[in-house]
Amino acid sequence: MKVNDAITGAALFILSVVILWHIQGFPAMHGQRFGPAWFPGIIAVGLAACAMVLVARGIRERAAWIAFDPWTRKARPIAGFASVIAGLAFYVLAADALGFHLTGFILLLFWLRILGTRWPMALAVAALSPVILHLAFYKLLRVPLPWGVLERFAF
Amino acid sequence: MLANFAAAFALVFDPYVLWVIFASAIFGLFVGAVPGLTATMATALLVPVTFFMAPVPALASIVTATAMAIFAGDIPSCFLRMPGTPASAAYTDEAYAMTKKGQGEIALGAGLVFSVIGGLFGTAVLILAAPSLAEVALKFGSFEYFWLVLLGLTCAVFIAVGNPVKGMVSLLIGLLVASVGLDNPAAFPRFTFGNAELAGGLTLIPMMIGMFAVSEILRNASSMETPWEMAQVKVGNVFKGMGKLIAKYPLAMIRGSVLGTLIGALPGAGADIAAWMSYAMSKKFSKEPEKFGTGHVEGIVEAGAANNSALAGAWIPALVFGIPGDSITAIVIGVLYLKGLNPGPTAFMENAPSIYAIFLVFILANLLMLPLGVAAIKCAKQMLRVPRDVLLPVILLFCIVGAFSINNSAFGVLLMLVFGVVAWLMEENGFPVAPAILGIVLGSMLEENFISSIIKADGRLGAFFERPIAGTLGVLTILVWTSPLWLKLARKKKPPAGGLSA
Repeated sequence: MKVNDAITGAALFILSVVILWHIQGFPAMHGQRFGPAWFPGIIAVGLAACAMVLVARGIRERAAWIAFDPWTRKARPIAGFASVIAGLAFYVLAADALGFHLTGFILLLFWLRILGTRWPMALAVAALSPVILHLAFYKLLRVPLPWGVLERFAF
Repeated sequence: MLANFAAAFALVFDPYVLWVIFASAIFGLFVGAVPGLTATMATALLVPVTFFMAPVPALASIVTATAMAIFAGDIPSCFLRMPGTPASAAYTDEAYAMTKKGQGEIALGAGLVFSVIGGLFGTAVLILAAPSLAEVALKFGSFEYFWLVLLGLTCAVFIAVGNPVKGMVSLLIGLLVASVGLDNPAAFPRFTFGNAELAGGLTLIPMMIGMFAVSEILRNASSMETPWEMAQVKVGNVFKGMGKLIAKYPLAMIRGSVLGTLIGALPGAGADIAAWMSYAMSKKFSKEPEKFGTGHVEGIVEAGAANNSALAGAWIPALVFGIPGDSITAIVIGVLYLKGLNPGPTAFMENAPSIYAIFLVFILANLLMLPLGVAAIKCAKQMLRVPRDVLLPVILLFCIVGAFSINNSAFGVLLMLVFGVVAWLMEENGFPVAPAILGIVLGSMLEENFISSIIKADGRLGAFFERPIAGTLGVLTILVWTSPLWLKLARKKKPPAGGLSA
C-alpha cells in the first residue's frame, strides 16, 4: 500500500502539532531552561519541518493518494495478510481469558487453514505447537503463560 | 589481553555454551537459508530464549546464529534466485546466473569460503580496535557522548539512505518512541496518559520482534501465491577451486572485508548495505566489469566477504560506546543491558572476560561455519522444501510467546503488533526502518547527555565545542548535516557534464 507523501506529511504535521500542544502541560525544571518538554519539543519541530517537505513533494509528484499493490486484488493474499493482524489482535484481547494454550491452538488452526494447509496437518501442528512451547517456555524457562479457562488442568 | 583470553577460554569452552553455539548455528543456518526469514529476525526470535541464559551463552547464541544466517542467505540465491536474507540480495542474480551456467557449486563454495574469510577479518578488526577504542573512550564525558550519539544518528539518516527526509522522519519517530515514559532526566511521565504499562517506557524487545519478525511475516503472508521453483545444482566438493579464487582475487577479498567492516561499524548501515556497496565497488575496480551480471564470481567474492565482516564490525561501536552499528546490534544492546553487561568502555575493564568471550565466539562461529556450511549446502534442498504455510504460523506463535515473556504481559504482544504494522507500512512507502531503531535505542542516551552537559556548562552552548574531541565530533556532525547543501552548491558551480548532449 503506497500512501502519497502529501498524506503522510499532513498526518505527521498534525501529530507534531498535537505533541507541541500536549507538552505545554509538562512542568518546568526549577532554575533550568531544559525541562522534560524540551526533547519532545525539538523532535516535534523537526517532524513538522520534515512533514512540510513531504507534503510539498507529494503534491509535486502527483501520484495517486493511495495506491494498492496488485496482490490486494486477490482474495488469498488479502486473507493471509489480514489474518496475521486479526489473529494477533485476537490474542491480545482473548489470551488472558482463554489462556495461552487454547488461544494458541485456535490461532494456529486459523492461520494454517487460511494459508492453505490441509486439515490433518493443520490440526496436528495446531495441537502440538502450544504443547512444545509450553514445555520449553512454561516448564523450562518459567514464563508464566496464562492458563485462562484451563486453569483447572494446569500442569 | 592474554589473561583476558585465558579467562574467556574457560567461559566459552564449557559444554553448555558449546551446545548453545551448536544449536544456534543450526538455527541460524535454517533461518538464513529460508527466504523471508532474516538474520535480524533470528536475533529477535532468539532474545526470548536467551533471556534466561547467562550472559556468555546468550551472546554466543546471537553471534553464532547471525554469522551463520548471513552466510546461509547465499544458498537460496543459487537454488531459487531469491536471497535468503537481504544481505545476499546484492549478488542473488549473479549467483543464479552461475547456477544456470552449471557453476552453482563454485557460487556456493565462494559464498561459504569468503563468508568465513570476511567474518574472520571483521573479527580481527573487532579484537584489535575495540579494546584500544575503549581506552580512548574512557576519557569521554557527556559532551563527547552527546556528539557521538548525534553523529551516529546522523550517519543513519544520511549514509546509504536514498531519501534523507524520509530517513529523518524515521529517526524522529524512533526518538519520539524513546521519549515515552519516566526514563528522562526529569523523571516526568511523558506521553503515558496515566497508563502504568507506558510509564516504564515502551519495551525494546517486543517492538523489535514486531519490526523485524511480524513485518516480515506480513510481507510473506501476502506473497504466498507464487510457489518456489528450484533449480538443479550438482554439489560435490564445494571447496574445489577455492584456493585458485583466493589467488586470483586477493584484492577483491581484502577490499570487501575492509569496506564491510567499516560499513558495519557505521551506525545504521549493516550487512545488506555493505554487500550492495561492495558489489558496486567490485564492478567498478574489476578488470572485466562487462562480465558482471552474467554469472561472474568476482562480485560474490567481494560482497560475500563484505556482508560477513560487517557483522563483526557492527559490534565495535556497540560494545565500546553502546551505539549499535546495525539493527542486529541494536537488539544486542538491549540484551547487554538486560544481562547487566552495560556496554561502554568500562565493560572492557569490569567485564573483560565476557567481552573477550564474545571475541572468541566470533572466531569459533566463523570456523564452525566451514563444516556446518558444507552440511547446510548439502541439505539445501530439504531446507528449502519446508512448507511456508506451516512455518509462518508457528513462527508467529513463537513471536507471541517471545513478546509476552519479556514483561509477562499481553501488552508486549500489542506492542509487537503495532510496531510490526508500522514497520511494514514504513518499508512499503520508502521510509527506512534502521534510523527508527537507532532513535529508539539511543533516544534516552542523547537526551541525558545533552541535559547533563548543559547543566555542567551552565546553559552555555559554546561549551559543546570547547573540549578537543567533543569539538571535532561536533564539527564533523555539522558537516554531515549540511552535506546536502554542500553537494548542491558544488553542483551549481559546475554544470553537469551531460548537460549539452541532453
